[in-house]
Amino acid sequence: MNLTLKIWRQSGPKDKGAMKTYPIQGVEADMSFLEMMDMLNEQLVGKGEEPVVFDHDCREGICGSCSMYINGEAHGPGRGITTCQLHMRSFNDGDTIYIEPWRAKAFPVIKDLMVDRSSFDRVIAAGGYVSVNTSGNTLDANAIPIPKEDADKAFDAATCIGCGACVATCKNSSAMLFVSAKVSQLALLPQGQVEAADRVLNMVHQMDLEGFGSCTNTGACEVECPKGISLENIARMNREFLTAAVSAD
Amino acid sequence: MSAKSGVFSSSIVRKVWMSLTGLFLCSFLVVHLLGNLTLLRSDAGAAEAFNAYAHFMTTFPLIKITSYLLYFSILFHAVWGIMLEIKNRKARPVAYAYNNPSANSSWASRKMSLLGTIILVFIATHMYHFWAQMHFGTIPLDASGNKDLYTVVMEFFRHPSFGIPATLLYVVSMAALAFHLHHGFQSAFQTLGVNHRKYTPIIEKVGLVFSIAIPLAFAIIPVYIFLT
Repeated sequence: MNLTLKIWRQSGPKDKGAMKTYPIQGVEADMSFLEMMDMLNEQLVGKGEEPVVFDHDCREGICGSCSMYINGEAHGPGRGITTCQLHMRSFNDGDTIYIEPWRAKAFPVIKDLMVDRSSFDRVIAAGGYVSVNTSGNTLDANAIPIPKEDADKAFDAATCIGCGACVATCKNSSAMLFVSAKVSQLALLPQGQVEAADRVLNMVHQMDLEGFGSCTNTGACEVECPKGISLENIARMNREFLTAAVSAD
Repeated sequence: MSAKSGVFSSSIVRKVWMSLTGLFLCSFLVVHLLGNLTLLRSDAGAAEAFNAYAHFMTTFPLIKITSYLLYFSILFHAVWGIMLEIKNRKARPVAYAYNNPSANSSWASRKMSLLGTIILVFIATHMYHFWAQMHFGTIPLDASGNKDLYTVVMEFFRHPSFGIPATLLYVVSMAALAFHLHHGFQSAFQTLGVNHRKYTPIIEKVGLVFSIAIPLAFAIIPVYIFLT
């Protein structure tokens, strides 16, 4: 199939950037979206032009690198997938496809489609962990009984790959789905409850400092999340936060 | 603790204020509507019943105290909401060249500030026409000695030149209120942390009924007055 690509080109963080049009021929339906991008880049390199910079790593929907806003949606059309899991059969011959980087103050563009998501790392560093004794007396995590329901919910929250689709999709560039998944996965388990109050206060504080917007419950994040992280986590984080806010010293 | 100082200015607490004031304003809508339904009565005592209600609402001490909380809530909900909207817009300095938000969210949920602004403008005109008249205007008294707000209302919507635009303004504003409530009602509970497999669907259904029934009943009143 033949397509017209409209891609955001930006030479660096300081550059203003603009959408540029690239026609591409001979795209096969079985190609993944990233393979199509590889094909475009080969053509660009062949012509002596700068290839389009984009993040990618595992190409199997686990790493969360392939951040692309395709035709007005995070990771393009389709549900429960990342860009690498999107196939060209989702498009038709003659289509025009818009490809843009994640847009958020907290995700500044590094180059073209690649953004700096280290704001997520700083949110995690603020409390998204469990302090464990590593002196050689580490307790076996399986020795503590955990209700099946809690374990399932914690696991569901833990499937968040930190791709940033929630932020990219949210009209407020809010990171509530990401942060709430990280808060929930630990708060639901006994090992995480020890530090639960400080964790939620510190992580939300860091989230606000990074310049993410606030949640208006549009639910767009949940729809676009490749891992189907539930809005239930946001409500849980709100509960955790409000309880911690009035009880912590 | 380092984060403690920022707790009450946090994005979550800011939203909790929106949620609480919003739910309080929902309760006011019910009370306001119950009184207004008197305007649909066509019997001889309707006018005096409505005027007695208006008199009660403007003079009874407990209601007066609550009314100050109400004025504050309306202003707070509006100003706070606009401030949050500005902050949220700043979180995305560069817009998408092509965006398809209808693929993942409802129109009302994305347009809460626009809908809220329409409602705020409506409240201002509405209060100017009736609330200010009742409190500060010179309105003739009815047979029971109460200010005859009933006649003011009737003449307002039956005015030969302003009747049609006034009725339209009320109907459009109530449509905006319906969409605002449809998202806002259930959203308020989510913000307060209420999200439950069993109860959230019930809250959503109650919100849907509330968001249709209340604005519809409000909108029927001026249309009925205009047509009769």
